[in-house]
Amino acid sequence: MARALRSPALWIALVLLLLAVSLPWWVSAYILGVLTVSYYFGVFAMAWDLLFGFANEVNFGPTFLIGLGAYTAGILDNTLGPPIFVCVAAGALVAMIGGVLLALPALRLRGPYFGLVTLVAVLLLQNAIVIFASVTGGEIGMNVNDILSVNAVTNYWIALVFIAVCGALLFGLSRSAVGLILQASGQDAIEAAALGFNVTKHKLAAFCVSALFSGLAGAMLVFYEGTASVGTVIDIAIAVQIIIAAVLGGRRTILGPAIGAIILVLAGEELRQLGQLNTFVVSAVALAVILFFPDGLLGHLLRRGERG
Amino acid sequence: MSQGLLEVAGLHKRFGGLVAVKDIGFTIAPGEILGLIGPNGSGKSTVMKLIMGIERPNAGSVRVGGQEVAGWPTHRIARAGIGIVFQHSRPLHRQTVLENIKLAMLPDSLLRLAASSHIEARAREIADLVGLSEVLYRHPPTLPFADLRRMELAKAIARDPKVVLVDEPFAGLTAAEVRAFSDLIAGFRAQGRAVLLVDHNVKGVTALVDRVLAMYLGERVAEGSAAEVMANETVRRVYLGGKIETHARPELDARPGRPLLDVRGVSVLYGKAQALQDVSLHVREQEFVSVVGLNGAGKTTLFNAICGLVPYFGNIAWDGQELRGRKAATIARGGIVQCPETRELFGDMSVRENLELGGQHLTAAERRSQFDWLYALFPILPARARQAARTLSGGEQQMLAIARALMMKPRLLVLDEPTLGLAPVILEQLSKALSELRRTTPITVLLGEQNVTFALPHADRVYVLEHAQIVWEGDPARFAEEAGAGYL
Repeated sequence: MARALRSPALWIALVLLLLAVSLPWWVSAYILGVLTVSYYFGVFAMAWDLLFGFANEVNFGPTFLIGLGAYTAGILDNTLGPPIFVCVAAGALVAMIGGVLLALPALRLRGPYFGLVTLVAVLLLQNAIVIFASVTGGEIGMNVNDILSVNAVTNYWIALVFIAVCGALLFGLSRSAVGLILQASGQDAIEAAALGFNVTKHKLAAFCVSALFSGLAGAMLVFYEGTASVGTVIDIAIAVQIIIAAVLGGRRTILGPAIGAIILVLAGEELRQLGQLNTFVVSAVALAVILFFPDGLLGHLLRRGERG
Repeated sequence: MSQGLLEVAGLHKRFGGLVAVKDIGFTIAPGEILGLIGPNGSGKSTVMKLIMGIERPNAGSVRVGGQEVAGWPTHRIARAGIGIVFQHSRPLHRQTVLENIKLAMLPDSLLRLAASSHIEARAREIADLVGLSEVLYRHPPTLPFADLRRMELAKAIARDPKVVLVDEPFAGLTAAEVRAFSDLIAGFRAQGRAVLLVDHNVKGVTALVDRVLAMYLGERVAEGSAAEVMANETVRRVYLGGKIETHARPELDARPGRPLLDVRGVSVLYGKAQALQDVSLHVREQEFVSVVGLNGAGKTTLFNAICGLVPYFGNIAWDGQELRGRKAATIARGGIVQCPETRELFGDMSVRENLELGGQHLTAAERRSQFDWLYALFPILPARARQAARTLSGGEQQMLAIARALMMKPRLLVLDEPTLGLAPVILEQLSKALSELRRTTPITVLLGEQNVTFALPHADRVYVLEHAQIVWEGDPARFAEEAGAGYL
């Protein structure tokens, strides 16, 4: 634990957290709203990094897990209508079950096939939602009966606490003994197995944890926005954005992807006046970062620290 | 013999049609060190993988302390008490040496988030034992090669295995480091562990082993003390070949003028490992030059340097022109064509398509004449013309690979270990084709081989490469008496 406390990544994150805490006193409700969304995206990206950065498995379908969580929570709210936290918990649980059902067969595959399976899963879910339009709202989307709050500041606090707690848990996990084994399994599965570690078990567990947090954040996002639609939680474009955010922020750092997600959402908003050019500029910058700083922003900073 | 800590019996492994391991069995008692030796492709590494569960045996038994583990997944075999020291590994780069050693001691549990405190003390103890105490807080990428090997050893010890498998224990180490590693491995004996050393030749492990088992083409060829195995007729034939007739043409090298290929003081580093050290050799037009050396000696590295595939120090001149700075494709078009040891055929394309690809740059008429010539040189190829390259036998694949290289009309054909994994009868056919090639065409050939029997009959001159350096050069007829002894 002492070593985790000495990690510069943690201190960078704490400084940013303090900054985030002070924001409600000096920025507009509009910016708080944008940041709120970005925090949920941050959790998506962190959960994805656990799989890519540590288990070394590229999950092209983070939105499969997010979508399962979001739609489960939304549908439950609109049908049985239990308290919001029950809906969110149910969303997380279903995402986890879906994740296991997907990962169990997929992890037996090698190389790019795991990624392809996760990609196909997204398309399947997307189609399922369109087919069962009577319950899911189909392509138009679904309004949910309840929302977290109508107050922008309250919503901001909820999202901030949420990302801080998720970040602490995921970061702690990544620095724990289990995180070490997971990293070894991802880097050299044969050697990890020769050291007595059940590689499949550890990767499956990582997938579960990633699914849990993705589902949780997906469900929270639904109750923040009051709607769930394919375009906001399932579409491949969203998946790509999460992946870019994680790589931009810094693979294998957990906290970096959160920072990457916040930057990406903010940049998208800031450049909105460019119209169509907006996505182009953001993508071009992301591409440049991936090409020239493959370690990502935080990864690059930390690497320099290690060398220095 | 029944009191073995590790008991292997009747081990079989097939890869498709290839029998890689055939009825291999041995027993290692506590405190005993067995050397498993064999040339490249003999199946010794496969035996190690079968014991560790990295590959699943088709038949046979592997017992650890009386418990049958054959067919188990690797992690359960590891927990049953077998540890392995890999030759190459990918340690955790962002963790320190100490953390890498601690990793090996963690329980396979999803719930133990923190390592117990005794692990730290034990990890330091082990690091001390293998000589890593000075670098505990360094990261693996900053360590010299020998220290990385020490770390692998430390990880294996950390699990306190009853049986330790060591893959090529001394590859890439200096003489002083070899001594330190020998002492560490001898320490396993004192601790009552059973040790299996896997290596290419007896020489490297003689001082350490109690017994040696020699393999060739998946089968056991000899077993006994190191001296017995070295004296064994079959082993001598496998490594040195029987009586070799040589047909050197010394007049070729006596010609004045500059050589076609001139390698001067070339060194190559792979990360921290010295793969090639100050190597000089030359090849004259029409010469057939063989570079012999065991696997890992640096032959492939030398060829890759010549073909511009790896960065090097020193100079390589081709027909008087410096090759440095030229791209691999330019060098190939300039006339140096390599037929790599991995063959690199296009498995899903037919034999004919593979050859056509080699002859892309030729005119239709030229291509036809090349086809006629090659089909005559390798008569098996026209019979297989429409078959996918993947479905050919190993020997046929090798002939196709050579034919495809020849299709490019090279001035210099670089032939890297064509005998890899081939049965003796196939070697004869291949050998005949090379004789024919040498007799009927003015082609220049640079051959890399560990099989001396195959390399010497065709050679005009021979270089011996050992531990990244040229240690002997001369006439093939003198090889057996002068350099052969150091080869077993």
